Amino acid sequence: MAKELIRFENISKSFDGTEVLKDLTLSIHENEFVTLLGPSGCGKTTTLRILGGFETPDKGRVMFDGGDITNIPPNKRPLNTVFQKYALFTHMNVADNIAFGLKIKGKDKDHIREKIAYSLKLVGLEGFENRYPSSLSGGQQQRIAIARAIVNEPQVLLLDEPLGALDLKLRQGMQYELIRLKEELGITFVYVTHDQEEALTMSDTVVVMNQGLIQQIGTPEDIYNEPQNAFVADFIGESNLIDGIMIHDCLVNIGGLDLPCVDTGFGNNNPVDVVIRPEDVELDADGNGPIKGTVISIVFKGVHWEMHVESSIGITFLVQTTEHFPVGSVVGINVDPYNIQIMHKPSSEDAQVFDQLETIPGEDL
Amino acid sequence: MKMSRILGKIYVGLILIFLYAPILVLIVLSFNSSRSRVVWGGFTLKWYGSLLKSTTIMNALWTTFLLAVLSALISTVLGLFGALGIYSMKKRSYRIMLFGTKIPMLNADIVTGIALMLWFVRFLPLGFGSILLAHVTFNIPYVILCILPKLRTMDIYQYEAALDLGAGSPYAFFHILIPQILPGILSGFLMAVTLSMDDFVITYFTKGAGINTLSTLIYGEIRKGIKPEMYALSTVLFFIVLVLLILVNLPYDRFFMTAGTGSVREVEHEK
Repeated sequence: MAKELIRFENISKSFDGTEVLKDLTLSIHENEFVTLLGPSGCGKTTTLRILGGFETPDKGRVMFDGGDITNIPPNKRPLNTVFQKYALFTHMNVADNIAFGLKIKGKDKDHIREKIAYSLKLVGLEGFENRYPSSLSGGQQQRIAIARAIVNEPQVLLLDEPLGALDLKLRQGMQYELIRLKEELGITFVYVTHDQEEALTMSDTVVVMNQGLIQQIGTPEDIYNEPQNAFVADFIGESNLIDGIMIHDCLVNIGGLDLPCVDTGFGNNNPVDVVIRPEDVELDADGNGPIKGTVISIVFKGVHWEMHVESSIGITFLVQTTEHFPVGSVVGINVDPYNIQIMHKPSSEDAQVFDQLETIPGEDL
Repeated sequence: MKMSRILGKIYVGLILIFLYAPILVLIVLSFNSSRSRVVWGGFTLKWYGSLLKSTTIMNALWTTFLLAVLSALISTVLGLFGALGIYSMKKRSYRIMLFGTKIPMLNADIVTGIALMLWFVRFLPLGFGSILLAHVTFNIPYVILCILPKLRTMDIYQYEAALDLGAGSPYAFFHILIPQILPGILSGFLMAVTLSMDDFVITYFTKGAGINTLSTLIYGEIRKGIKPEMYALSTVLFFIVLVLLILVNLPYDRFFMTAGTGSVREVEHEK
C-alpha cells in the first residue's frame, strides 16, 4: 500500500447551524485517485474545500504528509484545484492564466513559456496561448483550468465536479483524459462528483457520502458489488432493495421464503436489508424457480430489456435481461446465492439519511 | 400604416425639439456677437475670450474641476469599501443597507443641502472643505450602486482560484477581483464627477461666502442681469457634462474583455 498523504481527522463543520460534516475521518494515499461521491448536500464539496483551505473545520484537523495544515491558507498549500465552473481569469488570455501561479513563484520567463507550451500539449490545446477564455468552448475552458492547475506541479490535484457542465460525449472523453493525465503526472487526484458512473470509471477508491457521513469506502468493484448499506446500494446503480430476516448464517428469509445466500455474521433472526441487482435476477420462461412472477411492464434500454416482475412473495422485482418477455408472461425467478447481498439495517441516523434521500432540495454545500 | 409611421416620427421629433432646442438656442447665442437675444449680429468667440480673462470665472472653473475630481476619488474609494462590505453581508443586513444607501439618492437636494449646512456650521467653516464633504456624501450612494451589481455578477471562484495558485489575498484582490469589477468602479467614478459638476442646490447651501463653482457663479450672475458670457459658460458646462455622460455609458465590459497584450507581462512577486 502506498504511503498515506492526507488524513482528515474527526472533521466537523456547520453552516448556519446545519451540520454539513459529522466527525469525518478519511485517509488518502499517495498517487491514489479518490472520488468523493454523494448527492447534493452530502458534504463532499465542503470536504474538498477544507482540503483546499477555503473552509476551516469547526472541529478536527487535516494532516498532510505528516504535518497539520488545518490553519494554513490556500496559497501556502502544495495542492491545486480545478473549480466547478473553471474560474478562469476572464481578463487574461490562456497563457497568462496558466502562467499565474508560476509568476507568483518567481519563475523566469523562459521557464514559464516552456511550461505553458508543455501543459497546453498535455491537455491537447497547443497554440491556444493568445485566446481569451470567453472565446473557448466549455470543454476547452475545462482543459485550460486543468492545465493552469497542473503546471504548478502540485502533489495533489483537487477536482470539484469538473465535468458537470459538459455534455455526455465530451464528459466521457474527458474521463479517459483524466485517467491518462493521472498516469502521466503520477500525482494524487481527489475528485468530487454526484455522478456514480464517473466515480466508478475513474477512481481507485470511492468514498460514498451522505448527510455529512461516510457511508462506505472501497474500490469501485466493492462499492458496486458489496454495498454496505441501503443508501450505497440505492445510490450506486439500480437495485432491488428488500426487507429480510437473517434466519442464520447463509440463509435469509424474504417475503416468507427462505433463500440460501453466502453472507455470515449477521446473527440469528435479525432484520436485514437485502440487495439484488436487476441484472442478477434470472427469469425462467417455463416458470421453474423458487419464486413465481408475472411480467407487468417491459422497456427497451439498448443493451438490455428492463422489466418489472410482480412476484408471488409480494415483491416487485426490477429485472434487466437480454431476453424479451411479453407483458403478462408467467415466469420463474431465480437468484444465485452469490448475488444476494445482505446488509445491516441502518442505525437510526442512517435510516433518517436514507429516508431524506429523495427530498433533499437545493444547492450542494 | 405609412401615416402612423410619419406621425410617430413627428412625435419623436417634437420630443427631441422640446428637449434640446433650448440648449441649442443657448449654444447659438453664445456665439452671437450681438448682446440681443433676438438679433444675430454675426459669429464671434469674444464671449469665450472674456471668460478666459475673468479671474472670477476661471477660479470657479478650477474650483468645480478640483471638487469634481477630489470628491469623485474619495467617494469611489469609500464607495468601493462600502460596496464590498454590503456585498458580503447576509441577506437581511444586505437589504437594510441597500435601502439605507438609496435614501440619500431619493431625498430632495434642498433637504440634503440644508441638512448638511446645519450640520457643517456647527463643526467647520463653510468653504471648499464643506462643499467637498457634501459632494463626497451625495456621491457615495451612486458609486456603491454602480459597483454592487458588478460584485454580484462577478465570479468569486476566480478570487479563490488566485489564492489556490499561490497568490496572497492582497495580490488576488488587486489583480483578480478589482479587474473584474473595474467597469463598475470607473462608471461610479465618472458618475461622481458628473454629479459633482452638475450640482447646484447642495453646493449653494454648503459653500459659504467667497467661493463659487460654475453653477453657483452662473446663478449669481444671472440674478444681476443676463450677460452673454453666461451663455458661453453654460455651454462649456453642458459640453463637459455631455462628454462625461458619454464616458459613463461606454461599454466597458467589452473593452476590458478584449483588451490585453497577450504577452507574458511582468508581475511583482508576492512574498
